[in-house]
Amino acid sequence: MAIGLAIAGGPPGLILVLNILGFPGVRWDDVAFVLFAEIMLVSGLLVVTMRDIIRCGLAMIVCFGALAGIYVVVGAPLVAGAQVLVYIGAISVLILFAIMLTQDKAAPARLVFQTQAVPAAIAAIVLAFVITLTVTATDWGAVGTRIRNATDDVARALFSTYVLPFEVVGVLLLAAVIGGVFLARHDEGGPP
Amino acid sequence: MSNSLDSYLVLSGLLFAIGSFGFLARRNAISMLMSIELMLNAVNLAIVAFGSFIEPLKANASVIAIIVMAVAAGEATVGLAIVIAIYRNRRTPLVDEYDAMRQ
Repeated sequence: MAIGLAIAGGPPGLILVLNILGFPGVRWDDVAFVLFAEIMLVSGLLVVTMRDIIRCGLAMIVCFGALAGIYVVVGAPLVAGAQVLVYIGAISVLILFAIMLTQDKAAPARLVFQTQAVPAAIAAIVLAFVITLTVTATDWGAVGTRIRNATDDVARALFSTYVLPFEVVGVLLLAAVIGGVFLARHDEGGPP
Repeated sequence: MSNSLDSYLVLSGLLFAIGSFGFLARRNAISMLMSIELMLNAVNLAIVAFGSFIEPLKANASVIAIIVMAVAAGEATVGLAIVIAIYRNRRTPLVDEYDAMRQ
């Protein structure tokens, strides 16, 4: 009943249902943030722990999509659009193609992890703990409330202050494309 | 919760830790590249969060995040090309079998 109401009403309906169910004052962007954060962390964990690497790649797409949602919540819609275009549209497809080119059907890897997996897990947990502790203990100074990044401000900064990095990135992408084609080219005579 | 800088930074730190675990622990070279992508995304989230909460960084953070994305795309292109080139020679995507230089 409550879930049906929530689906029928969309975001305001969900807020209404949450308020009726005894969570007064729940804001829509809080709900979206928690939802996207959970999706992102769970799919990120799946990326690094699943056995089948194709499924790892698909979980990575879910992770990037949830991250685009978080960009929208934090107030950077242009970055969210770029995230969808670049990561979901381009890099994920590239990685899926590379997986399909290098997957070994005859002998699937018995061991997914290296022998150093347990120390790596301990190191990652310690890293997460230290980052959390540092972030919560630091006074970030002039932190205001969330502001929304207008796209025309970003465009103005990109083509005035940052025009040199912009051009350099263009040249870098050209070099990367040429280098990628050269490295992955199938050479008949001699090693590539 | 969605209106405090700390929650975004903690989220970014958790994603970075997940990526670093994947980079250190996985055997497959493409899995390691995917973990690097996770770490780059975590750093991007931190940059965008700072830009959204600190007024003087407002537009700069979005520009830097977009430039980081472009550089990450170039990195993924070259990295995957190298993995494919090595796979063509060695017939395995597992990094612990790439031992030609220590024999």
